[in-house]
Order: sequence, then C-alpha cells, then structure tokens
Amino acid sequence: MLTLLLILLPLLSGFILLLTGSKNARQIALVLSLIEFGLALFALSTLKSGALETLNYNMPWIPNMGISFRLGMDGISMLMVLLSTMLMPLIVYASFNKTYNNAHTLYALMMLMQSAMIGSFVAMDGFLFYIFWEVSLIPIFFIILMWGGENRQKTTFKFFIYTLFGSLFMLVALIYLYLHTANHSFDIQALYAAGRSLPLVEQGLIMGAFFLAFAIKMPVFPFHTWQPSTYVAAPTPGVMLLGGVMSKMATYGLIRWVLPMVPDGVHEYGYLIIGLSVVSIIYASCIAIIQKDFKYLIAYASIAHMGLISAGIFAMNMQSLQGSLMEMMSHGINTVGLFFAYDIIYNRMHTSEMTKLGGIRGVESRFAFLFFIIVLSNVALPFTNGFIGEFLLILGVFQTNMVAASFAGLSIILGAVYMLRAFQKMMLGETNSLTLHFPKLEKQEIITLSIIVILIVVMGVYPKPILEITESSIQTLLQGIQ
Amino acid sequence: MKELIILSTLGVLSLIAGLLRIKRPFMVVVIAGLLLNISVCVLDWNHNENLYNMMTLDNFALAFTIVSSTLAILWFIVANAYFQNSNTFSDHYALVLFSMTGGLLMVSFTNMVMLFLGIEVLSIPLFVLAGSHKTSMRSNEAAFKYFLLGAFASAFLLFGIALLYGSTGHFDNAGIASFLGANKISGMALAGIVLMLGAMTFKVSAAPFHFWAPDVYQGSPTMITTFMATFVKTVAFAGFYRLFFLTFMPVRAEYALLFAVIAALTMLVSNLIASAQSNVKRLLAYSSISHAGFMVITLLCMNSSSAGTLLYYTLVYSISSIIAFSIFKWVKTHSAENEEISAFTGLIRRSPFLAVVMTFALLSMSGIPPLSGFMAKYMVFTAAIDNGFMWVAICGIAGSLMAVYYYFKIIIAMFAEVHESSEIKVPANLRFVLVVCSIALLALMLFPSQISSLI
Repeated sequence: MLTLLLILLPLLSGFILLLTGSKNARQIALVLSLIEFGLALFALSTLKSGALETLNYNMPWIPNMGISFRLGMDGISMLMVLLSTMLMPLIVYASFNKTYNNAHTLYALMMLMQSAMIGSFVAMDGFLFYIFWEVSLIPIFFIILMWGGENRQKTTFKFFIYTLFGSLFMLVALIYLYLHTANHSFDIQALYAAGRSLPLVEQGLIMGAFFLAFAIKMPVFPFHTWQPSTYVAAPTPGVMLLGGVMSKMATYGLIRWVLPMVPDGVHEYGYLIIGLSVVSIIYASCIAIIQKDFKYLIAYASIAHMGLISAGIFAMNMQSLQGSLMEMMSHGINTVGLFFAYDIIYNRMHTSEMTKLGGIRGVESRFAFLFFIIVLSNVALPFTNGFIGEFLLILGVFQTNMVAASFAGLSIILGAVYMLRAFQKMMLGETNSLTLHFPKLEKQEIITLSIIVILIVVMGVYPKPILEITESSIQTLLQGIQ
Repeated sequence: MKELIILSTLGVLSLIAGLLRIKRPFMVVVIAGLLLNISVCVLDWNHNENLYNMMTLDNFALAFTIVSSTLAILWFIVANAYFQNSNTFSDHYALVLFSMTGGLLMVSFTNMVMLFLGIEVLSIPLFVLAGSHKTSMRSNEAAFKYFLLGAFASAFLLFGIALLYGSTGHFDNAGIASFLGANKISGMALAGIVLMLGAMTFKVSAAPFHFWAPDVYQGSPTMITTFMATFVKTVAFAGFYRLFFLTFMPVRAEYALLFAVIAALTMLVSNLIASAQSNVKRLLAYSSISHAGFMVITLLCMNSSSAGTLLYYTLVYSISSIIAFSIFKWVKTHSAENEEISAFTGLIRRSPFLAVVMTFALLSMSGIPPLSGFMAKYMVFTAAIDNGFMWVAICGIAGSLMAVYYYFKIIIAMFAEVHESSEIKVPANLRFVLVVCSIALLALMLFPSQISSLI
C-alpha cells in the first residue's frame, strides 16, 4: 500500500498543481515533494524493520492477459526511490531562482514524471514496468518542448524517437518472454523463469534487446548522439531530471530486469557490453576534454560516468554492483550539483563558454568553494561520494575483467583532466571584464549548493548506511544468478 | 430483427422530417433512436437470434453494432453543423442512416448474399455523401473515384462469391465452411477466396488496394471523411473478419501468408508515405490506412481472442480518429481553410483545450502509453508474435516509429511559440464529444479486457 502511495502522491500532486494555477506553484510543488520524500523515508524505515510484505502491493489488472498491478520494493528499488524523492525537492528548490511561464504546468509535469519514474523503480510486473518506462518520456518531452532553449523542437523530436526506438525492442523482448512463461504472465518471477529456460543464443538476443533500450537512455556509446544536444536544449529542471534521475532508470533496469532474467546470456556475452562501456568511458572523456561549453562538458562527463556504471553492472559481483548503485546515487546528486552551478553561471553571465569566463573566485569565493567540492566529487577524490562508487566499481570490474578495469580506471584520470580544467578556466585566473560584475549568490542558491555539498561529504565519509540498504538485496540477486 | 427495423425506420423518418421541414429537433430523434438501438442490442445479448438463415445477431454482431452505434452517436453530435448548414439535411440524414443499416447487415450476415447486400447498402450512400459538396472539384473527384473503384471491388466480390458457389454449391457461410472442411480445396474455390480477399482489402483500404483512400478522404467533406474513417472502417473490418472466420477457417493455411503480406505492406507503405505529407487531412487518411494494417493482423492470427482484439482496436482507433478529424475541421475553419500542418502552429496558445485533446489523440494513435492506442497495438503485436509472425510484428514496430515521426510533427507544431494568434472558441457539442472521447481513451487503457473479452 505504501508503495502505491509513493506513486499516487506525485500523480495527485501533478493534478493539484494543474488546478491551482500559476500562483505559488513552486511553493506547493516544494511542499508536496517534501511530503513525498518523507513518505520514502518512512518506507525506508519499514524496509529496515524487515517488514518487506507491507511494501508489496498486488492487484489484478488485466487477468486474462496475465497482467497485474504488482508493486514491490527491495533494497535496490528503495535506493532508487530515495534518490528520486530526495532530488525532487532539491530540483524544485533549485528552480526558485527563476520564474517560468506557466510555472504550474512545468511543476505538474515534473510531478507526473516523478510518479512514472518511481513506478518504474517499484514495478514487479513486466508490462507495468514498460508502461511506466514509456510514460516517463511524455512529461520530459513536453518540459523540453515548452521551456527549452534554442533548437528545442528538433532536439526533442530526435530524443523522443531515439528513446522510443530502443523501448520498442524491449517491448518485443518482453512479449517474447511473456509468451514463454508457463501460464502467460508478466509477473517478474515468471519472466525470470522463462528467461532462464531459454537457450543461450536467445538469452543473448533478449539481453541485446533490453540493453538497446537501456543503453539509449543511459546513454552509452554509440547510442548517445541524442544526449548532448538534448541536455543543452533542456531547461535546468528538465536536464536535472534527465541526467539526475531518468538515466538511473536505465541502469536500474539492467540490474532488475536483465541480470536475473538472462544470467547465462550475460555470462556469455556480457564482455561485449563491458567492452562497449569502456569505449564509452574513454570516448566521452576525451570529447569532454575538448569541450568549450560547460554544459556540453557536463553532458559528456555524464556519458563517461554512466559507462562506468554499466561496466560495473555487467561485471556481476558484489563490489561492482554495490559500486554501481553507490555511483548511481552520487552521480544523481553530483549531476544536479553541476547543472545548478552551470545555471548560476549562465543566469549571471548569459554564456557558459569557458574561455570567456575566468576569475570568478576572486569575485564570489563562496560559490567557487562550493563548486569546487562538487567538482572534486566528480573527480572521485577520497572523502567524496564519487570516490566510494568509482573505487568499488573499478575494484569489482577488476575481479571480472582485468583489461577492462585498467581502461575503466582511466575515467578517474581523464575526469580529473576535464573537470579541473573546467574549474580552472571558469573560476581561477584573471578576472575579466565580464566576470568582474559576477553578482553575489542569492541565499536560495547558497542553501541549495550547501545541501548538495553536505550530501557529497557525508556520503563520502560515511557510506555505510547506503551500502547497507542494498547489500542483502544484491546478495539475493547474485545467489539467484549462480 | 429489431435493430434492423430501428435503423431503417430512422432513415425513413428522416425523409419524412425533410418533407415536414423539421430541422433542428431531428438530431434528438436520431440520437434517441441510436440509443434505443444500443439498448436493444444489450437486451438481445446471448440470444443468437437467427433471421431466415440470412443473418444471425450473435454476440459478435451485437458487440460491433453497439460499438458502431456509439461511434455514430458521437459522430452525429460533432457533425451537427454539417447537417444544420445544408438545405437538403434530410437526404443526408437518410443516406447516413441507410448506410448504417448496411453496416448492420455486414456485421451479422451468415450468407454471402447478405454480405454483398450489406456492402452495397453501406457503400452506395457513401458515394453520394462523398460528393455532397457539389461545388467543390475535389468532392466531385472523390465521389467519382470512390464510385468507380468501389464498383470494381464489388464486381470482384461478386465474382468471388460466384466461383465459391460454383465449387461448393453453397451461398451460406456455414455450408461453404463445412464443404471446405470436408473436401480438398479446388483451384476455383481458392481463386474465389483470393478475389473476395482482394475486394474486402479494398473496402477496408489496406495495401495494395488503398490508393483510392487518400484522394477520397481528402476530397470528401471532413465530416463524411470522419464517418468513413470510423464507422465504415469498423463495420467493414467486422464484415471482413466475419467472412473469413465463418467461412474460410478450414483452409486458413492456404491464405494466411497473404494476410501477413497485406498487413506488413500496409503498415510500412502507408506510414512511409504519410511521413512525407504536409496536408493534415491527407496525413490522417494515410494514418487511417496504416491502422488498417494493424487490424489485418487480427485476421492473420484468427483465434478465440482475436475478435475481441479487433473490437478493441477499432473502438480505440475510431475514438482517436473522431477527435483528430473533428479538431482538424475546427482548426481549419479558424485558420482561413488552411489544411496544412502550419494551421496547427501555436494551437496551445489559441486553444489549450484543443491542443491537449489533440495531443491525446495523436499519442494514442502512435501507441504511446498511458493512452489506449498502446494497448491496442500491444494486443496485435502479441498475437502476431504468438502465431509465429515475428517479422510482421517487426514491420509493425517499424511502421509505428514512422508514425510517431509524423504525428509528432503535428504535436510539435501545436506547441510552437507564435507571436500573434486569435483565440479559438470551442462550441459545446464539440467540447462534449472531445471530453467524452479523451476520458474513453484513458479508461480503455485501464479496463481493456472489459471490451476485448466481450466476444
């Protein structure tokens, strides 16, 4: 019931926002998203107390097609729900520095997207998962289409068709598995059983079909071409949702739907995907190094990090999976942090071209300090959350595939190159005529950045509670595979 | 029998109303009559009334009659202006109602003669209605084209029936089916089946006999196009399905591949051509053809659940078509008769209501959840894969992607910024139908099996 409530509350919030109109929309959105976060924390305490059954919800939906409204949560789902419910108020609060036209529609769409994303994290029915997966596309499509920047029509079009293309392959794979279940059911356990009974080559094909859908959403090279332009065209709240939470739907999907469903296929052909992910890391990092625009740089950095997560997932061991979940968490927070820093700079300077900026530290040192910690976390410096994730990931990948791990390790070095250079270009050096008039940070901006920084440091120093949430679930998952 | 009487009486009544010059109130009579028709159908459920071995009002027939009458009611409400603004309104009413009578024959026949009669009674009024804009070149062209090609198709149908009669000695469907089941199929019977299949493919406007549809749809008055794309398509498909289900099931293996090719070809070709259209009416015509391709899959996979799938698909498709065509009509009249996609530019500023409802319809037609169009497409894809026609499903998915391309061209235009725009007011009747249809699109997604397991 609690899980159902987690989906319904944002849905309801969306309608409330649509009805109340523009006035005070953002305050209402903030309150509602905080309530949702509270609900998620309550669910966490339920999970900790071991009452897993209370988090399950099952209602037949279309019985003659074996489809039911089956929800459930284990540690992995819980972490994702926590991530999205935690980021939502942050994203809403971060948007307080700007007044949007038709703000109530914007926040309503964000809430609807939240509902769909949480739905995809807790769905335990293949059909339901697919529905939530697709539904989440519609709000973000309209957010970018209506509030985006230049070229938004072309970009949203490409983004939508691209992601839909991948999803349809997943749909075919799901139908194929469904037809192989014992009594035609979309129940996750039935699908697992059906997938495991398939011959090796078919398992590989199913894995490929799912991976295509997820790889486009993450994105992984060579399916990433929609991403940089979409990130650049999207308004700040939209891009925070895309990079912070939506990309995690894909990596979560890999863990929930691919690994336990076709384990033999993953064992046999997983190295292909690890290889692709490593290529993705190096490719995206190298492109990030030569970027002139900070927003493009964040976009490519994001591809690099997602590549590392994907490699970790397919390495399929305790460390790599723990690392990937930890990294999903910290990448979500850091991406929101980076995009907020970008937003602060862009609102003031009306450019994000790094060579035009410089010396902001001399004008607004508080901003430089907070921004620096976010940068450090992206570089995976010890005592930041980025370090925990990347360290575990590389350790885990190393156990499975030494060559891949040694190349994946480059992500940290290359990451340091592009991130620190970006910081240096924008924040350090001579203050020029443009940055001389860099206005001081608003209170709201300092608070937002501080929350992000506190999260980064706390998670980096004391990651144990987060790792504990997922530990037993991953153990169960790995046992099921062996 | 009651259904037949109600519909034909309504047709005759409308002629009398024309003599008495009762104009405005007559709409109420028609709608009341159709509601009566629906309730009679509900009462007849499970009775399997047989009429002289010519037609049987089984649940299949009743379900399609209920659905098509519901569509007709919605259509009549939207098309109010079409009737009110014409001097010869009673002829139009009568023609539409007689055409509906033909539709009833088509969904309930158990004899080839009734099938043929049904098709003719359905089509002949449509030839007239297609040309009912007498002063418009395009409308005349549409009527002429539809009539000539329709006559051709009818001839093929008749020829097919004759060949079947020659080889089996039966006119009634059950007799033909038992003969085909008992004997080895002859070349003549097979030729008859293929001819009938061609003729029916023409009637439902599936490739490769779809060439008439874009011109006729574009040339006819928009409201008549809506009628053709929703009501006529629904009953034509029901007739098509009924013909093959009742008659040719025993020799299904002989022609199954033909259906697969028709479905795949329709889904690919029409969507490909639609992507290149800039005229919205023509684009919607091609989209209507492409949906025929998806519906053909239910004929390809004919089994116990596919009739329900067809019912669901036609209902969902028709509801979204009613929305799309009626909004198109209204936007066109408020954009200086502009039929291009550009007429929709900035609709969100001109009328947020219309833009949102149109988005619903287009998302449903492109098969994106949470609109019921997704469920409809999901059902046919599952059926295709289940019957081993993976490649047809892949063609369908490729077609759907192309469809997303052109539907989203309209959506993106609607949400584009415009500097100057005049507000569009939405009349109450249109608003009512649009609200009902949008709710139906969402509700059908939540409760699909209530429709699809009816028959």
